[in-house]
Amino acid sequence: MTKQMTGARMVIQALKDQGVEVVFGYPGGAVLPIYDEIFQQNDIRHVLVRHEQGAVHMAEGYARSTGKPGVALVTSGPGATNAVTGLTDALMDSIPIVVLTGQVPTFMIGTDGFQEADTVGITRPCTKMNWLVKDTAKLAETIHQAFHVATHGRPGPVLVDIPKDVQFATADYVPAEKARVTHYQPRTEGDPDRIAQLVELMEHAERPIFYTGGGVVNSGPRASQLLRELVAETNFPITSTLMGLGSYPASGKNWVGMLGMHGLYEANLAMHGCDLMINIGARFDDRITGRVKDFSPKSKKAHVDIDPSSINKVIHVDVPIVGDVTKVLEEVLRQWRARGSKTDQRGLASWWKQIDDWRAVKCLTYKPSTTTIKPQYALERLEALTKGRDRYITTEVGQHQMWAAQFLGFEDPNRWMTSGGLGTMGYGLPASIGVQVAHPEALVINVAGEASWLMNMQEMGTAMQFRAPVKQFILNNERLGMVRQWQELLHGERYSSSWSESLPDFVKLAEAFGCKGIQCSDPKHLDDAILEMLDYDGPVIFDCRVEKHENCFPMIPSGKPHNEMLLSADAEAFRSGAVLV
Amino acid sequence: MSALNIKKGSTSHSAYDLRSALSEVEESHTLAVIVENEPGVLARVIGLFSGRGYNIDSLTVAEVDHTGHRSRITIVTRGTPAVIDQIEAQLSRMVPVHAVQDLTAEGPSVQRELALVKVAGRGDHRIEALRLAEIFRANVVDSTLESFVFEMTGTPEKIDAFAELMRPLGLVEIARTGVAGLKRGA
Ligand SMILES: Cc1ncc(C[n+]2csc(CCOP(=O)(O)OP(=O)(O)O)c2C)c(N)n1
Ligand SMILES: [Mg+2]
Repeated sequence: MTKQMTGARMVIQALKDQGVEVVFGYPGGAVLPIYDEIFQQNDIRHVLVRHEQGAVHMAEGYARSTGKPGVALVTSGPGATNAVTGLTDALMDSIPIVVLTGQVPTFMIGTDGFQEADTVGITRPCTKMNWLVKDTAKLAETIHQAFHVATHGRPGPVLVDIPKDVQFATADYVPAEKARVTHYQPRTEGDPDRIAQLVELMEHAERPIFYTGGGVVNSGPRASQLLRELVAETNFPITSTLMGLGSYPASGKNWVGMLGMHGLYEANLAMHGCDLMINIGARFDDRITGRVKDFSPKSKKAHVDIDPSSINKVIHVDVPIVGDVTKVLEEVLRQWRARGSKTDQRGLASWWKQIDDWRAVKCLTYKPSTTTIKPQYALERLEALTKGRDRYITTEVGQHQMWAAQFLGFEDPNRWMTSGGLGTMGYGLPASIGVQVAHPEALVINVAGEASWLMNMQEMGTAMQFRAPVKQFILNNERLGMVRQWQELLHGERYSSSWSESLPDFVKLAEAFGCKGIQCSDPKHLDDAILEMLDYDGPVIFDCRVEKHENCFPMIPSGKPHNEMLLSADAEAFRSGAVLV
Repeated sequence: MSALNIKKGSTSHSAYDLRSALSEVEESHTLAVIVENEPGVLARVIGLFSGRGYNIDSLTVAEVDHTGHRSRITIVTRGTPAVIDQIEAQLSRMVPVHAVQDLTAEGPSVQRELALVKVAGRGDHRIEALRLAEIFRANVVDSTLESFVFEMTGTPEKIDAFAELMRPLGLVEIARTGVAGLKRGA
């Protein structure tokens, strides 16, 4: 039995059919019919944001922390253009989100009508797929397809542009199970022959390493479970990209820490010196590889990825395996166990000894202070005081983001939301709200830099209105810290526009929003201040005044190989190309 | 370490097992891309090429299955083997793309292009142009006392050669369709 309804009602019906519980959005002329429908029902909750960029980042935070697609609804023209950064962010980090945009009526398209923008044209390169729906009869089916595409294969953002007359007109509703979900059915099973090659390599490798990424998180909790089994049974070391943190627990015995530009010394050197690299759901990003020519020169490389275009894009690999991480890991475990769970124990023992020597360098060591709060110290205390709680962390972009990745430990997937590929300042605050909406009882903390935080600070209003008790832990160095660091190391200490001038008084700002403001600049008071933040039942803006000129190390300057890593701010060593190994 | 040696050629994911994936030599490849004929699909494919810095030497597109709404896009592109592989992978993963065929790599193929060539001139030049047109099997589809428009089909190289010969004889303008291609055999 098909049912007649307006396009606007179809939108709501389709979202319900897709199991959507919450929509992050902002109204305007071209989506008023949909907002009218939202008003007349109670199944789907609408979170009114303060800026459309915020809506998309909230949808991302929601998606990343639940594994379900996030949904945003915005109006035509400026509403749609404001969504572009979030769409690009989600595309780079493979986050499944569905963005619905209003459009001028079909008969006005092309006339430069009020708030008209070529939304599908503008967003074509920053979505996995987008659609302009010109016929109400196709609307429901298109929305179902949109959810299918966003969540199948490599996840990503999709957009459905809906002209206002299409929202008003009436047609038959196509339920989800009747929708033609296109031919889009990406391959998920890895080729067993390739997997056999990998298993054979694993049996003989002397210096293997697992290099895991966001694909493990995207594949779902079972992927992390299988990964943990595989690591435990093989006793291979494991590192992860920024995006993959939590898939393997930071407390796990085989964890060698994050790799990459600000990754750990032991992780990067293990990548450089390994003889077998097993990439699972990562994509050889340039922040990982450094200089491509010198990337892990002596290793055989296997690469598991659901997206065939990720394979051999940057680094040529020996064993490409296209498939979903969960299914591939199941098969790897099955084959490897069936052949007797063999590894080269002697080789592994000396490899671990080597790794332990690298670990002994203690690359995260920093100079402590009793008078100023070192940002690393602030994060160590945050870690200690939140240990054991089911804690969700989001970040902004900059030094604080890298320190958070280095100093906070993640025990489970979906607990760490950060803008990896695009590096979007302004992501963390709205993302934290999206996470909190999905997990109302959880502790959600945005580790922020003062400059990034200002980019979307209007969303504190959203946090207040929707009672999202997010904790904004701002490491305030009064600097665009990461920019300043590069200027110090690469541009002759000429600090061009990297100050945060005329900052607001964050405590007063908190008061203005009606939430709690805390300021702390004395390491002796830090624990109490953090506990005060954690105990407060509501949103908190924590202005943590930290050392202004701290640099984030280790650092592999861009274009350098993994074994040319800086462990301290020795500018001379830097310029001469500090070769550490 | 010996078991870590994998047989050469056994690990490339595409059909090009015999080429070195690391070769730096640029090759020209003709790709046939079967797509859902929906609004924006051509923009999507072209946007991929411009956005990722790939070359398009020629491009043709038309709906080839009116009931199934499938279009065939034929693209002639250039790149190292690794880049060509990337282009194929990037095309294949696009949602409205049904299939990608590399006509250059997947065995023998027929490739044809149609050109209209306008030549103006009098006297000997005019006679010579006609004579050459005959050799190239080009048809005259328009003529005035001072000009011809020739129509010819052939490989792009053949059209290039014809245009080169017409240049001194009064070549005015040339319109080309770009390559259409099919695999040979059943
Ligand atoms: C939207 C955007 N604009 C510019 C940049 C470039 N950028 C990267 S980090 C950074 C400074 C961030 O400062 P802050 O948020 O205070 O963090 P800190 O590095 O000081 O911890 C800038 C400007 C960016 N990543 N995103
Ligand atoms: Mg800062």
